[in-house]
Amino acid sequence: MYLTKEQENMLNGGHGEVVERQMRLLVRLGEIYKADKMIDVGSVQVAGVSYKSIGDPGLEFLEDIAHKGAKVKVLTFLNPAGMDMENWREIGFPESFATMQKKVMDAFEQMGIVMSATCTPYLAGNLPRFREHIAWSESSAVSFSNSVIGARTNREGGPSALAAAICGFTPNYGLHLDENRKPHMLVKVDAKLEYNSDFGALGYHVGKIAGSKIPYFTGIKNANTDNLKALGAAMAASGAVALYHAEGLTPEASTMETKGLEIIEVGEKELKEAYAKLNTGKDPDLVVVGCPHASLREIITIAKKIDGKHLKKPFWICTSRVMKDAATRMGLTATIEKAGGKIVADTCMVVSPIEEMGFKTTGVDSGKAGNYLPGFCKQSVVFKNIDDLIKSG
Amino acid sequence: MTKEVMKGRSISPGKAEGEAIVSKTPLGFYGGIDAKTGIVIEKGHELEGKNVKDKILVFPTGKGSTVGSYVIYGLKKNGVAPKAIINKETETIVATGVILADIPCVDQIDIEKLNTGDRLKVDATKGTVEHA
Repeated sequence: MYLTKEQENMLNGGHGEVVERQMRLLVRLGEIYKADKMIDVGSVQVAGVSYKSIGDPGLEFLEDIAHKGAKVKVLTFLNPAGMDMENWREIGFPESFATMQKKVMDAFEQMGIVMSATCTPYLAGNLPRFREHIAWSESSAVSFSNSVIGARTNREGGPSALAAAICGFTPNYGLHLDENRKPHMLVKVDAKLEYNSDFGALGYHVGKIAGSKIPYFTGIKNANTDNLKALGAAMAASGAVALYHAEGLTPEASTMETKGLEIIEVGEKELKEAYAKLNTGKDPDLVVVGCPHASLREIITIAKKIDGKHLKKPFWICTSRVMKDAATRMGLTATIEKAGGKIVADTCMVVSPIEEMGFKTTGVDSGKAGNYLPGFCKQSVVFKNIDDLIKSG
Repeated sequence: MTKEVMKGRSISPGKAEGEAIVSKTPLGFYGGIDAKTGIVIEKGHELEGKNVKDKILVFPTGKGSTVGSYVIYGLKKNGVAPKAIINKETETIVATGVILADIPCVDQIDIEKLNTGDRLKVDATKGTVEHA
């Protein structure tokens, strides 16, 4: 692998111990995946932020490099934390957890990272351009940036994304290269897709079949960015899909050849089965939407739906601080709170310790959340579209 | 049982010998394995309830969250990591995790030939796997 003089100097400790360690990881990854060189990245998304996810080992790792003076070189955004960083107490996050979560955030802040705390950086101020090389972790954001925007990133692990942020570049392999962005399977969809949950169920089903392959969808007649966000997130959770193409919807689709590809057909029956698999519970004691983090359009839609209603069960809409501020300015936060709901910023139901907050069954409309909640949060899941969720809440 | 030496690619160097625990389906670490105990927690996964501690963990490839690297690192720090990992194809998230955690790891191995309970010898520096 070719390294510039400067990069060799970084690898040999010329820029200090922290940079040397990060370089060693990047060079090793480059060697494994046969990268010819390093390429500069326009931005980074760092995952592994919730204290619940990374625990003490992760915290020690981050504090160590932060104390040794690590600084990021490019625009770097942060994944959701394990709690709302401002209103954690009133929402009911445990104090002991908050103490540790703040330490994690302090370490990232010292490195010069934007305290965005969202899995949708592209909605909150970190928007790459078509074909821009980036190094993002957060599997749903990787999928969105590769597929919907047409930027280029591998599925970075939290630490490899951080290494790219500190060094400013990433090894040139995988999805950074044209030849690796071609589809491996043709997914013919013949089903009515109306709600985000329909796209989530589709993604959950296809992700299990695709694994790490690149699917090419036909038959999705219309989808907005919220729908595509839901689709990609579910595929990245049930599988390892980092890139998909959708005919007429995503920017690289028209440049791809689909002749001779393995064909997967998905109809109403498969969708119904996916719904059935995702449903493991009956009566939710908490309803959470916003996985991935809700867009302003999603918040507006939900606010309209619950305006004037009286929700009996806790109802959370998870989103970024940026979206919450916009919603508050529009009076939506007040509308939602009046109906008995909450906009919870900086976190989500998967990375927050909801199992320690007394919840057993969670209602969601996200294929990604439905995939993770049983294992990671010990929750039974009720998976429904947003209208049915509001009814059950 | 074959005595052949299977040759793959070194992902993270080191040597290990131990009992194999084999998954035929992809494995996600985040939400898949509890970093405190080493027990597989993904509902419905073929290894659900099994412990990977001190085993030679064999699976085709990783899946799911990009936080998986930290879970692998956490397993090691908590003393419940597998002795080695063998994959058909190691993707970046698992690679980052094993490099950081210093867990021997080899990929490009025909894992169809490996079964749970097999005693395996892994030389991840050379990229070889054989039955002990």
